[in-house]
Amino acid sequence: MSAATAAPAGARGPVAYNDGVVRNFMIAAIFWGVVGFLAGVVIALQLAFPVLNLDLEWTTFGRLRPVHTSAVIFAFGGSALIGASLYIVQRTCRTPLFGGEFLGGFVFWGYQIFIVLAALGYVLGVTQSKEYAEPEWYVDLWLTIVWVVYLVVFTGTLMKRKEPHIYVANWFLLSFIVTVAMLHIVNNLTIPVSLTGAKSYIVWSGVQDAMTQWWYAHNAVGFFLTAGFLGMMYYYIPKQAERPVYSYRLSIVHFWTLIFMYIWAGPHHLHYTALPDWAQTLGMTFSVMLWMPSWGGMINGIMTLSGAWDKLRTDPVLRFMVTSVAFYGMSTFEGPMMSVKAVNSLSHYTDWTIGHVHSGALGWVAFVTFGCFYFMVPKLWNRERLYSMQLVTWHFWIGTLGIVLYITAMWISGIMQGLMWRAYDSLGFLQYSFIETVEAMHPYYVIRAIGGVMFLIGSLIMVYNLWKTAKGELRTEPAYAEAPHAAAAGTGS
Amino acid sequence: MSHEKFETNVIILIIGILITISIGGLVQLVPLYTMEQTIEEVDGMRPYSPLELAGRNIYVREGCYTCHSQQVRPFRDEAERYGHYSLAAESMYDHPFQWGSKRTGPDLARVGGKYSNDWHVAHMIDPRSVVPESIMPGYPFLAEKDLGFDDAADHLGTLRVVGVPYTDDQIANAAADLAAQANGEEGDTDALLARYPKAVVGDFDGDPARVTELDAMIAYLQMLGTLVDFTTFKPEMAQR
Repeated sequence: MSAATAAPAGARGPVAYNDGVVRNFMIAAIFWGVVGFLAGVVIALQLAFPVLNLDLEWTTFGRLRPVHTSAVIFAFGGSALIGASLYIVQRTCRTPLFGGEFLGGFVFWGYQIFIVLAALGYVLGVTQSKEYAEPEWYVDLWLTIVWVVYLVVFTGTLMKRKEPHIYVANWFLLSFIVTVAMLHIVNNLTIPVSLTGAKSYIVWSGVQDAMTQWWYAHNAVGFFLTAGFLGMMYYYIPKQAERPVYSYRLSIVHFWTLIFMYIWAGPHHLHYTALPDWAQTLGMTFSVMLWMPSWGGMINGIMTLSGAWDKLRTDPVLRFMVTSVAFYGMSTFEGPMMSVKAVNSLSHYTDWTIGHVHSGALGWVAFVTFGCFYFMVPKLWNRERLYSMQLVTWHFWIGTLGIVLYITAMWISGIMQGLMWRAYDSLGFLQYSFIETVEAMHPYYVIRAIGGVMFLIGSLIMVYNLWKTAKGELRTEPAYAEAPHAAAAGTGS
Repeated sequence: MSHEKFETNVIILIIGILITISIGGLVQLVPLYTMEQTIEEVDGMRPYSPLELAGRNIYVREGCYTCHSQQVRPFRDEAERYGHYSLAAESMYDHPFQWGSKRTGPDLARVGGKYSNDWHVAHMIDPRSVVPESIMPGYPFLAEKDLGFDDAADHLGTLRVVGVPYTDDQIANAAADLAAQANGEEGDTDALLARYPKAVVGDFDGDPARVTELDAMIAYLQMLGTLVDFTTFKPEMAQR
């Protein structure tokens, strides 16, 4: 059993892995990451300074917001996830990809076409306006084809594996691929008005559409942004820390409970709406229980460092990964708390939700992805190490400060706005008009934008560092383990 | 059963995953479609008129849901700020639903009739001309674009396929009803109002010469939340 829990050692060996497709996905993920973070900064600034909407139809917040969310979730996160999954599945199965470079290449180019078609649509006003499922029917159909091929490549590789066991990272990745396929198809069942036009009408309506949509969207979080990235965590943290996964038993228990419970949590997005109460209560109950399997994953990730805690001081790449798991733990506590109806009555419709999403998206998803980039790029381009470890540290601290600014600004503005909406004066009248609560948000929108800019700057430092790494350059700098001593000895020099 | 079976056989693992992820969705989704009390029976609901539908499609196109909800919750402050809490019946013809998840701007579920057409025109073209602190984008281009909804009958027909009870009469007269609602007195508004009771008729954007996207948008905004007859509604009807 312990053989299955330990990350297989000796990644290269004699097997000729299909790394071209992984390299392509890494380049795409880095590119889309910068695009997505930039789009986020733009729309954050639009909320602080509405003149930036430019009065043009292609640049309003309403059209650019899906560009931001899709660019970070599906373009950046998706490319990183698919690329990493193809890296992981080959190495943990000790076999090249099923379908080789051809099918891998189809998944890559097919997925990039999906991203471009979706983004072009948003800017031109082609959207279903279903959150995180905005692409219209023709884009959805194309993605379905690409996704099925991806499932075939991944499953086929698992089937021809040379290892007796399927490694735990692959359980998570497989559940991510299978579940996203199910969610995508059910939530996007539409009838086009005409086969030559973009417009379609979804078959679900009203309250049923709401439930289907949030069943989809919450599990896009649960399986795309959680299960998939947990799969990355289960491979890259043990590799980077050079330690086996903390607990094999815990990984089994938390895997099955996590995927079982996540599916139930969607209705917490619909508290106090026209959704029947039984569904709301069921959603809340499972959301609260979901805290446990989520922390099971966090414990398994962080405790993998048992006996290697000193590496946090000397290895900034591992610091990225472990901090990401800590953020994962924080957001998966905050989420169940916000799903409690009493809390949700305050937090819903406010920036608190936006802050919560970003502590997960920036702190967990993006940070664990950055860690994986730093791990994979030297290996994929056959370099001895990263160009600069000090730049990784700069990226880490600028990015972390950006996240802290972002989420604290959103906590304050969200809770403040929620309280202002329900405030009464001594005569029993509503104390604030809606627009007064909008006005009160302004300073926090500015702070949030600054946080976003810092996060973007950090990612640009990463791009520079990885670019230099891929070119094979090595920055001359003191080795990290010796840095504290060198600094102490060399003060004043 | 040993977990070894799952981690040594891909097919068993996939089947295990499929079963595990299906249960929650089945329990929560299927009853919503089969239980009759999911949507209460109320007086006044009707499908959107062609002009309202065109406006709604623009609302969808522009991503208004990213900042505006259409769902009033049953709280004292929301009742005073927006009106009666939203009923499931009120979005029964909405494909897709537009309840939203964020109120960067106010809830719009009952915005119909609260402001004049002139106010909406000024607000859509330049929100800060009427609300100086507003952070909403301006939509001046809506006033400049002719409403392209020549295929209104096709849209109604497609919606009928997905369950909206448009009649043959309504589909056959889609273009005429659209013109009648947007041109005010010139068209046959009696037939329009017979097919779509409570439809707000008028030249919405102040430009009688043509039907613009702004006409459609305001026609939609002016009917939001106005259909249900709350004098005949009793809270017990919404108890589920």
